[in-house]
Amino acid sequence: MEALLAIAVGVLSACGVFLILRARTFPILLGLTLLSYAVNLFLFASGRLQVGAPPLIRPGGTYTDPLPQALVLTAIVIGFGMTAYLAMLALRALSESGGDHVDAPEEPR
Amino acid sequence: MNWLNSSVLLPVIPATALAAFTLPLLLQRYGREAAALTAAAVMASCLALLLPLAPAAFAGQTEIARLTWLPTYGLEISLRLDGLGLLFCLLILGIGLLVVLYAAWYLPPSDRLGRFYSLLLLFMAAMLGIVLSENLLLLLIFWELTSLSSFLLVAYRSEKYESRVGARMALAVTGGGGLALLAGILLLGQIAGSHELTVILAAGEKIRAHPHYALALVLILLGAFTKSAQFPFHFWLPSAMAAPTPVSAYLHSATMVKAGVFLLARLYPALGSSDLWFWLVGGSGALTLVYAAMTALFRNDIKGLLAYSTISQLGLITLLFGLDTSLSVVAGVFHLINHAIFKASLFMAAGVIDHECGTRDMRRVNGMFRVMPITATLAIIAAGSMAGVPLLNGFLSKEMFFAETVAYPQFAPLGWALPLFATIAGMLAVAYSSRFVHDVFFNGQPVDLPRQPHEPPRWVRAPIMLLVLLCLLVGIFPAWTVQPLLAAAAGAALQAPLPDFQLALWHGFNRPLLMSLVALVGGILIYALRRPLFAWQEQLPPMHPRTAFERFYRWLATGARRTVAKLDNGSLQRYSALLFTFVVLLGGWSFFSALGGGGIRPAGQPANEAALATLFVLLLGTVGATVLYRERLLAVILVSVVGLSVTLTFVRLSAPDLALTQLAVEMGTIVLMLLVLYYLPPRDAPNSSARRLIRDIVLALLSGGGLALVTLQMLTAPDHSTLADFYLREALPGGGGANVVNVILVDFRGFDTLGEITVLAMVALASHALLDRLVLRIPARDGDGRRWAGEAHPLFLSMLMRPLLPLALTVSVYVFLRGHQLPGGGFVAGLITSVALVLQYLANGIAFAQPRLPQRPVRLLALGLLLASGIGLASWPFGRPFLTSAHGHVRLPLLGEIEVASAMIFDLGVYLVVVTVVVSVLSGLGQLSLRARRGAEQA
Repeated sequence: MEALLAIAVGVLSACGVFLILRARTFPILLGLTLLSYAVNLFLFASGRLQVGAPPLIRPGGTYTDPLPQALVLTAIVIGFGMTAYLAMLALRALSESGGDHVDAPEEPR
Repeated sequence: MNWLNSSVLLPVIPATALAAFTLPLLLQRYGREAAALTAAAVMASCLALLLPLAPAAFAGQTEIARLTWLPTYGLEISLRLDGLGLLFCLLILGIGLLVVLYAAWYLPPSDRLGRFYSLLLLFMAAMLGIVLSENLLLLLIFWELTSLSSFLLVAYRSEKYESRVGARMALAVTGGGGLALLAGILLLGQIAGSHELTVILAAGEKIRAHPHYALALVLILLGAFTKSAQFPFHFWLPSAMAAPTPVSAYLHSATMVKAGVFLLARLYPALGSSDLWFWLVGGSGALTLVYAAMTALFRNDIKGLLAYSTISQLGLITLLFGLDTSLSVVAGVFHLINHAIFKASLFMAAGVIDHECGTRDMRRVNGMFRVMPITATLAIIAAGSMAGVPLLNGFLSKEMFFAETVAYPQFAPLGWALPLFATIAGMLAVAYSSRFVHDVFFNGQPVDLPRQPHEPPRWVRAPIMLLVLLCLLVGIFPAWTVQPLLAAAAGAALQAPLPDFQLALWHGFNRPLLMSLVALVGGILIYALRRPLFAWQEQLPPMHPRTAFERFYRWLATGARRTVAKLDNGSLQRYSALLFTFVVLLGGWSFFSALGGGGIRPAGQPANEAALATLFVLLLGTVGATVLYRERLLAVILVSVVGLSVTLTFVRLSAPDLALTQLAVEMGTIVLMLLVLYYLPPRDAPNSSARRLIRDIVLALLSGGGLALVTLQMLTAPDHSTLADFYLREALPGGGGANVVNVILVDFRGFDTLGEITVLAMVALASHALLDRLVLRIPARDGDGRRWAGEAHPLFLSMLMRPLLPLALTVSVYVFLRGHQLPGGGFVAGLITSVALVLQYLANGIAFAQPRLPQRPVRLLALGLLLASGIGLASWPFGRPFLTSAHGHVRLPLLGEIEVASAMIFDLGVYLVVVTVVVSVLSGLGQLSLRARRGAEQA
């Protein structure tokens, strides 16, 4: 399972980075989303992987580490906020520069 | 008189100067006199504050006053007054008062003087701070303040190019030296274990034996030599002569350039008495002494001659400290006093001549004795002191210098070399002094002067007269005038019993006297032979450390500009690539440098088919979205597939809260992306060049591979220490909740959460700013060239969604209430509510949804944040820290027993903020279409 998660994190971040390096706003939005998945999984993994041990106190239960979960929970919401902000920035840039190239002004084709 | 003790008075002196330095600027509207009087009053009050402390310093005591500032960094406001500090205070304040008087006449009447005197007072305060500091870090702060204020003073006539260049050079050299000094002081503090002078001065043996002694010494000397214009850092001082003459008289004769020498004297007990000290300090001083004296002889500008003579005399003082015997230190302090007195008067006289004649060129300014006999007489006496003519103070200290070279113990086999060298230096001093006197005051008629010179008013001559009188008094009656002050200052510099010395005009006919006579005669001879000498100097290759510095400076500036242009070319792609490259390098470096023991353990959790299938779907979605990112709609769907597999992963790996959150966020993200996609231009992006594609793929593979490696290493490392036990143990008794994740969010780490919802609130505010009055063109066709569907909203969806809203809201209330015990809580409930509201908007259109959405999002945001921080503050009246929670049990109908914690109010704040942010962002985007349609109709 550990190896599978590591592969998932690796592929997610590689694809995220590749998309963030594109020149148009939309792929960057996609890339950022993928990269935040990767980072969230990575942070989550810092508490080790356990099956069937949710951190809900009950008699005789085993528990996984709750702290990374708390961190990732807010990270997910903040990640949404960031994506939303980027999306609005893209729209504003579109209206200001007339294009969706990140290095506005548009380069001649 | 109890309040007059040193611990009160001592800090008050620099504090008064610092507090009052803007007064002249404020009072200049009452006239130039008001500004001048204020400046004089400030200096006089500092002097008055100093006087009650003087007797103790004369008696050889050291007064120390301490105020705590930043004790963790070893930085305290601690001040000390001993003989050395007293001497410098008297020089700074005494000459300062004379300069204030002189400047009022010197500067043109159009100048209102407020700025000048304010800067002068600031500089004076900084100098007082240097000489009164007990803590070396504090000293350094004042040291830098002198560099800054002297920069402003030299550039006082900022409209002139030379002023700006001179000021910049002075700042670059002394500021650079200040950096070296900072490093040196930190190192010295490490070695001695404290930055307090009392400790450092007592730890001389320990410091000299330390392996870092040489490094610390070199760094500190760099600071001192740049400030005191020692070779090869001397070139800034002649350039700084672009300053108004009062500034030169104050900064460049008596105070700022003496700060470096002061540092040598101050740290002598800690750093001196070693071979390295002798060679570095003595060598640099000797080189400066002769080189600058030779250069001074050939300058045509009066102030240029005085500047180089100052450098040379500072070299003499440095050499005396370098000779490293206790008597030579006494001689160094003595010459320091004498030089301050005669050089300040010489600069003032030079200013008078410049002011009266309109030029300072000695090839044109001749025969001034007839025009201004009184000023001329005064200047001639001062120049005589500089040359070392008997009956004047310069003679006494120079004779001590000669005596020291004769008696110097370490040069026994070369016993004649040092005295010979000293005599040559003395001859050169006599030569340039003679040139100044003869060229300016005699030597025929003035040539083509811009102005007709006159004798200046009497009160302008008064400061010069006073200083020259001092030259004579000290020169003739040294034992009655300067001896006590010198003894106190030299004693403080040595931190040891004073050697036996006697200040007297006549020591009998001995070798030093012979050397003085030879120097006088030889110097006059050199001057008499000046024509062949000048001709010889003409054909020498020019030496321009100043232009070399300028060239270096330009090269640095151009280089910096080019580098910045390379890095900061306005391309986000370039920035991102640089950023990721740096991250990969940094991560790789720390990963491979930390890799060692441990190694990789076999996987702990067995993977089943479901896990493999999830991974497969995730990879499919990720790679698919990346390859097909130009097919934008498809890419969005693929990304949502990835999000769902991440959700499944959370479900499987015991994180129900995360799964709920991720699921809800996923819906918001998809709606968001679809909304944005509608407006963005259809896909016609050009292909990236092959080079860039390869660069990006390599970067992506390195980042992904690196992160995968780190993840695997982290997951399989054998030692795993965690805070989990604390939270699991304390959640129920301490936070009153069984859902540990939620308890952490709203209780244990509530302050973090407060920060996070504040960030979210900022996103909502930013959406207002970014989307405000934004009008976008509605694209007529989609990316594939199809027209957008005409019909409004599918009836089925719309009808289905309306009854769903109350249901979804009920669910969210339930999820919120149970959040402390079971998966749920403010974040999840907020997201569920927002999704329910946004779905209404999707199904029924913005016109239907708008009235049903929160109308004043900013107020709701404020309410949420106030709730969260208010409940945190509520714990203060109970004497508890911010965000302490309380909890108890309540029975509610239908829901059964509920654990109610004050943290739930906090959670309510979280809920409100999340709902408002998501809804206001998405409805803000939705309203774009309304506005766009209206815009299209109007057009």
